[in-house]
Amino acid sequence: MAIVIPDSSLHAPATPPPAGTVARLPASRSYWMVVLRQLRHEPVAMISAAVLLLIIAAAVFAPWLAPADPFKASMLRRLLPVGSPGHLLGTDELGRDMLTRLMYGGRLSLLMGVVPVLAAFGIGTSIGLLAGYVGGRVNMVIMRMLDVFYAFPSVLLAVAIAGALGPGMSNSLIALTLVFVPQLVRVSESVTTQVRKLDYIEAARMSGAGALSIIRVHVLGNVLGPVFVYATGLLSVSMILGSGLSFLGLGVKPPEPEWGLMLNTLRSAIYREPLIAALPGAMIFMTSIAFNLLADGVRSAMDIKR
Amino acid sequence: MNAPTDPGLMPATDRGGPAQPLLVVRNLKKHFPVRGDFFSREKKFVHAVDGISFSVAKGKTLGIVGESGCGKSTTARLIARLMEPDAGSLIFDGEGVAEFGGLALKEFRSKLQMVFQDSFASLNPRLTICETIAYGPQAHGMPVAQATARARALLARVGLEPAQFSSRYPHELSGGQRQRVNIARALAFEPRLVILDEAVAALDKSVQAQVLNLLQELKAERQLTYLFISHDLHVVHYISDDVMVMYLGQVVEMGPVEQIYGAAAHPYTRALLSAVPSMDPAHRTERSPLSGDPPNPINPPSGCRFRDRCEHAQAVCASSIPALVPAVMPMRAAVAASTPNAPAATGLHVVACHMNDPRSGHTEAMTVESAA
Repeated sequence: MAIVIPDSSLHAPATPPPAGTVARLPASRSYWMVVLRQLRHEPVAMISAAVLLLIIAAAVFAPWLAPADPFKASMLRRLLPVGSPGHLLGTDELGRDMLTRLMYGGRLSLLMGVVPVLAAFGIGTSIGLLAGYVGGRVNMVIMRMLDVFYAFPSVLLAVAIAGALGPGMSNSLIALTLVFVPQLVRVSESVTTQVRKLDYIEAARMSGAGALSIIRVHVLGNVLGPVFVYATGLLSVSMILGSGLSFLGLGVKPPEPEWGLMLNTLRSAIYREPLIAALPGAMIFMTSIAFNLLADGVRSAMDIKR
Repeated sequence: MNAPTDPGLMPATDRGGPAQPLLVVRNLKKHFPVRGDFFSREKKFVHAVDGISFSVAKGKTLGIVGESGCGKSTTARLIARLMEPDAGSLIFDGEGVAEFGGLALKEFRSKLQMVFQDSFASLNPRLTICETIAYGPQAHGMPVAQATARARALLARVGLEPAQFSSRYPHELSGGQRQRVNIARALAFEPRLVILDEAVAALDKSVQAQVLNLLQELKAERQLTYLFISHDLHVVHYISDDVMVMYLGQVVEMGPVEQIYGAAAHPYTRALLSAVPSMDPAHRTERSPLSGDPPNPINPPSGCRFRDRCEHAQAVCASSIPALVPAVMPMRAAVAASTPNAPAATGLHVVACHMNDPRSGHTEAMTVESAA
């Protein structure tokens, strides 16, 4: 008997394998399909997703959907209450239509939520993979350096970096990214360290595969999931922090509509029209809780395969 | 086994000929540093594997037994070079591994594969089993189609219908099926040496028997050589040609399986064997043959490492380290004196105990010899 592998048709006479149709590397796509199918059975996550889609659609299509010009002020129609004719959600302290400004405001607020998290996801996962896979001294140096960032409360850190860089949209995006990088590095580093010790990594090393191939096929697929879930949880934090920076005057500049900034400028109206003053806050709250509930849904959908 | 022109019959890579052991391990050592107290300057080491030498003949199975923590798995990982040994050398089919003029590490690894104990942890949960098996050959540059065909053929060979199983994920399989996948993956390289590190320990008895039979078939079919690590003495007895008994990172006894099981010379081996539950309730083991745990491998006892658990221990056991010499018990009395410190070759029953060496000064050594 030779060491040459016998033809499989001997064992499976009915279906000799059509060569090259089965293996795809990596298999992450089919895995995410399963997760998506699971997610459909979670009502809370699906409702959250619907709410988010609505908010995103309203923000994206604001120029076509909004009833008024977001910058058109009117001294006569200041702080009209909710439900006024022509102004469904009333007007702000300069007489601008609230509905319009909330729709336009979603654009910058959502940007503040998504962009820093995406950037930090990319940077943080890469650094975490490096630290976790290489281990030893490299790991120690990277992690201790990031601990310095980690020591500050995230709000304080964001304010400090944004303040140092100077006010402005792009600077506050950079500040938020820098706030999230250490957190994501920590998550991906700890998951990588766990995965690296598993036998299937050793088996892959036994097969003589290079480190890059092992990371791509065996490590990344198992690390991305948990890090992704953690990152979705950060979306709401990022939006709130971004709004906070705008509130403090470190982010978006007036008259640009942005939820955090609107909350700030409407502050003085809180005794006259509390409902109007609360509207931007309500939007921030709704969006962030929808992000969080969706993230929870994704997390439990991903647990199925474990 | 009849066509000498068949390149698969005698592997083209077989350079040493049948008499050359497939693997010779010489003086393998691994000491793990442990962090001492903050204030103590002295560095401490766990003596995980402390100078072991053995060889495995082609087409044979060497069983390695011992208590937990005696260095069995570390030995396996050192041989597979998943860990760098502190000292020692490997000779694979007559060629030094990872040394100048010898076998390159990558080449060596493709001739040696390993099957791990935890069948679940050793499979990537995100890859289908076909992809898992095909990964190795693909990493070596085999085209996807060919690697997949090979993976499916191997699945069929280990008893898993490819049409049914190849696109499944590890969590959809039972423990026995997963271990079959692990075996198939190990064979994807056409290895010559397979290290089975507690490969059947986590399976229940009936599945264990099936997997063991599969391993025996594959060994005959592909001229494999096994290094079988286990704490299950029944399984080792069944599958091994030679047995090596380890204690605290050292070899205490080694020899053909029937010699070890029938005429164990080291008190530790005898204790291990008497701890095996008897099939006959009339021969119930009443008394624990060994008490306590193995001593701390950071500070192993001087002399014979087994002495503080050995009922035959005497002063000589603390003062001098027993060498691994051919066993005189129970009947080959005079042989030992003529060949002291003989290299450990397969087929030879060797043991490291002062009672085995008439010149050691151990009083019971003399009584044993005179009895023989």
